[in-house]
Amino acid sequence: MYQFSGKLKTFSLALIVLGVIGIAFSFYSGSQTTIEDAKHAIEAASNDGHGGSHGESIEAPHTSDNSKVDNNASGVHHGEGSVDTTMSGHGAHDDDSHAEHVLHQLQNRPWSAFYVALFFSLGLTLLVLTFYAIQRVAQVGWSVVILRVMEAITGNLLPVSILMAIVIIASVMHLNHLFPWMAEGTFDPSSENYDPIVDGKSWWINSTGFLVRSIIYLILWNTYRFFIRKNSIKEDTANDGNKTYKKNYNASVIFLFVFMITETMMSWDWIMGLDPHWFSTLFAWYVLATLLVSALTVIAFFTIYLRSKNALPGVNDSHIHDLAKFMFGFSVFWTYLWFAQFMLIWYADIPEETTYYVARFTEYKLPFLGMVVMNFAFPVLLLINSDFKSKPWFVFIGGVVILAGHYIDVFIMVMPSTVGAQWFFGIPEISALLFFIGLIIYTTLSSFAKANPVPKGNPFLAESEHFHYYNIEHSGEDSGDHH
Amino acid sequence: MEANKVIHAFYTDDEVLVDAVKAVKAEHHHIEEVFCPFPVHGLDKAMGLAPTRLAITAFFYGITGLGVAIWLTNYIMIQDWPQDIGGKPSFSWFENMPAFVPIMFELTVFFAAHLMVITFYMRSRIWPFKEAENPDPRTTDDHFLMEIPVHNNEEALTSLLAKTGAVEINVVDKH
Repeated sequence: MYQFSGKLKTFSLALIVLGVIGIAFSFYSGSQTTIEDAKHAIEAASNDGHGGSHGESIEAPHTSDNSKVDNNASGVHHGEGSVDTTMSGHGAHDDDSHAEHVLHQLQNRPWSAFYVALFFSLGLTLLVLTFYAIQRVAQVGWSVVILRVMEAITGNLLPVSILMAIVIIASVMHLNHLFPWMAEGTFDPSSENYDPIVDGKSWWINSTGFLVRSIIYLILWNTYRFFIRKNSIKEDTANDGNKTYKKNYNASVIFLFVFMITETMMSWDWIMGLDPHWFSTLFAWYVLATLLVSALTVIAFFTIYLRSKNALPGVNDSHIHDLAKFMFGFSVFWTYLWFAQFMLIWYADIPEETTYYVARFTEYKLPFLGMVVMNFAFPVLLLINSDFKSKPWFVFIGGVVILAGHYIDVFIMVMPSTVGAQWFFGIPEISALLFFIGLIIYTTLSSFAKANPVPKGNPFLAESEHFHYYNIEHSGEDSGDHH
Repeated sequence: MEANKVIHAFYTDDEVLVDAVKAVKAEHHHIEEVFCPFPVHGLDKAMGLAPTRLAITAFFYGITGLGVAIWLTNYIMIQDWPQDIGGKPSFSWFENMPAFVPIMFELTVFFAAHLMVITFYMRSRIWPFKEAENPDPRTTDDHFLMEIPVHNNEEALTSLLAKTGAVEINVVDKH
């Protein structure tokens, strides 16, 4: 049995406490933001050709018309005025409504910062659970010795699900402005906030449906996690002719079916819902790819760490090699979906779709392009070599860049819709990250310590322990171990 | 001439063959060639063959293909005749880059795949009308053959091979 070391426990708790303090501070200072701060932000933006600090300014010719510049600075809706007024829920262009808009963005920032890290943490934990279910359904031979690592990481699912439920309830209760369609009067034709486009979608995006659906997703995922964890441990001592094993197989088949449906709707509700005027058909796949790469990287990290502590007796370099192959392959898969979505929209250039990328390309150029380097070029060049893939420290370096890159990806999915040009990577973002890193370390290692690290009852265990990829030399083994 | 003689040892099982190769290597005899009807896992390691560098060549062929694609799209679409086709920005290569990515991808794969295959053919000396070098037709069906050159040690080699489970041992003249 693995013993959760006191040092690491203190370290993860310190991260959590530090995160909580930072989050509390940013919520406090966020609540102190006034309409005056918003006006300052607008002024600052138009004075320095708005957002000079964020790299390129908008290429469209600037008129001296102040309100037009302000409108650009506010973020989500760019380009031609005609598009803006029809597409935007914030149609009016006078200064006060703009200041209010920017004020909402400033007030959103602590929420968004928390939401990005929360969604990333929840999503990658969920995808670890899904990858685990895939291993069971595909009756995979190699990964049996690391099934308990994956199981342990899913220990993070319940706490982050509860936090997600809290954020969703808070949003529905109008404690934040994350989801613009929740604004007062959006569905009311007599209101000046009335938005006919969003109203046309109100059969799907309405607060009740959103709340009910969200809670259902979370309950379904946690139910499977609770069931499979209990029965997986039961499998060790069951000795019932693989009856428990087959039960777990069936449960995993059902979960994968449920997961594909809930994951698709979840990405519509939780991410695409931040931009209610915009839609994309392959979006759910794209979100899935981001979270899957991150999930595999986190599995590799915990496997490498626990192996270095001699807590995983059956794991050898070939298992690391396979995880790295998955990280490599799904990095390419992510790039494929990212580019497929971008290129189709860029090529056809339909204004109602293009606004999504215009906002990201003008105000988020560095992270937007930087993440392609981090999520594609870097892992592809680093992990293409078969020998490198079996070196734990190499996989670690690649993994750090991949995780950072996919955090930025989620950041870019969320931030332009909620805070627009008012983004910055500062205390709110860093403390939310620290909090969720500490949380996943704590929950994973404490649940890993609660079960036998080797799933003894799995019929594929022996195969997994003897797993060797023919092409690589293992460190610390003599050639007799190869066949 | 003794040096022109080789021993052909036949085996009927791949496991036995790999063990025989290890035994022969342990006695420091040079194995000229092993003929198999199908790939035998671990045979190259047992024989001590150097790893292939085919994947490395493929990587560079791929980079070449990418370079060709970038040059091609830039020359044709941007330099030679920068037309306005449906409003696509042809002022610089980067501005129109997304439209070129499918070509860049395909040419990278095309170059990497085809040039690697041709490299394989050349290095393995395979081509149409090439005369087959098979010493015994049974090695394409159900027999494995180990070929060892003889240097005045015919007796020792034969007894060693007999111990390794060879089903047939022939000393033949190498043409």
